[in-house]
Amino acid sequence: MAKSEVKLIGKWSSPYAMRVKIALNIKSLQYELFEETLNPKSHFLLQFNPVYGKVPVLIHHDRPICESLVIVEYIDETWSTGPSILPSDPYDRALARFWAAYIDDKWFPSMKNIVIVEGEEERKPYFEVLEEVVERMEDAFGKCSKGKPFFAGERVGFLDIAFGSFLGWLSLIEHIYERKLLVEAKAPALVKWAERFAADPAVKGLIPEIDKLVEIFKPLQIKWRAAIGKK
Amino acid sequence: MADEVVLLDTWVSMFGMRVRIALAEKGVNYEYKEENLRDKSPLLLQMNPIHKKIPVLIHNGKPITESAIIVQYIDEVWNEKSPILPSDPYQRAQARFWVDYIDKKIYATWRETWLSEGEEHETRRKEFISIFKQLEEALGDNPFYGGDTFGFVDLGLIPFYCWFYTFETYGHFKMEEECPKLIAWAKRCMQRESVSKSLPDEKKVFDFAEAIHKELQSK
Repeated sequence: MAKSEVKLIGKWSSPYAMRVKIALNIKSLQYELFEETLNPKSHFLLQFNPVYGKVPVLIHHDRPICESLVIVEYIDETWSTGPSILPSDPYDRALARFWAAYIDDKWFPSMKNIVIVEGEEERKPYFEVLEEVVERMEDAFGKCSKGKPFFAGERVGFLDIAFGSFLGWLSLIEHIYERKLLVEAKAPALVKWAERFAADPAVKGLIPEIDKLVEIFKPLQIKWRAAIGKK
Repeated sequence: MADEVVLLDTWVSMFGMRVRIALAEKGVNYEYKEENLRDKSPLLLQMNPIHKKIPVLIHNGKPITESAIIVQYIDEVWNEKSPILPSDPYQRAQARFWVDYIDKKIYATWRETWLSEGEEHETRRKEFISIFKQLEEALGDNPFYGGDTFGFVDLGLIPFYCWFYTFETYGHFKMEEECPKLIAWAKRCMQRESVSKSLPDEKKVFDFAEAIHKELQSK
């Protein structure tokens, strides 16, 4: 397939863009990557995602698809001959979608708030949310994986992608605030899963390096705090 | 084996209405259980321990939660008639995108509009109206979001129609003036039995909202 048929507007540090890259890798798809700076947002991005102006945006045959999990499902359905990303059973699909929605609802907003607020007392409730998420995902892993290496079973799938895409940022938060969240004592299965996930061929090289994330941390914190101030 | 289908819901919930419409479209027999959200049943807490919210579909004892996920599940399981999602992957992606937009925007902005005052209220109010303008734009000149047929986005949005009167009263606007095409679309959807039977009367919804509002104001 011609490389230019599939384009991705992404950003190296974005967990959401990473989800799409993993899905494209699972299907062994070639694509043209446009690295978005988001500062300012490119005309290209705003043209293809007028509603939100966010990455990632997949452009297939010049038609845009937005929202990372919508894109991942699109990739799975369009290139249906490759390895499956979503489970085949409707109930398992509903469960995978439920947990992915749970991650999007709880994880990133809490992480963002940890970065925005000032002081340990203010950060405490958000860390508690993240700890609860880890606990729930540890439990969910047991139920979904049924003894297999990944949430989806033998191979990396939808929920692995949804949750695993945040591992780079999780490491950053743990590093900056000197507080471990994904620990053997609390989440032994997830710790091992995270190692397997990071080593998977579809994921290798995509998790942003912590040194690079540390470099962008302060400017991002300033930007996020300013946005709240404006609101 | 006969399917056992139970829906935990509340009569006024737009999200519950989505599931009722989907089940009606597919002709599925089910048991409806009205929940009192101030006194949640042990069944609800057991079936949705994470969020403790309705709607919850219980199919042969197994729970499915989150209305958009439930509707997709219903579409996939009872797949012999009345498809809800389109068959083309690109159209499916567009449908999922817009239902996600509805879920991200309408309810949260409504609450902010409803419960705010003064300048804050004015800002939220404008934001709220702009969401519907965006949705009207997405409809274009099609009879339904699904094109010629009623589908996922139509089903996802139409339950908010019985709340329009409430939105208009608290938001001080007329949907007919702001989004006439959307009103025309809604009336088209209401001609469908699955929809008209699943939505409560808008005045009853308003009475409910008014009672809650008074209660919140008195606190």
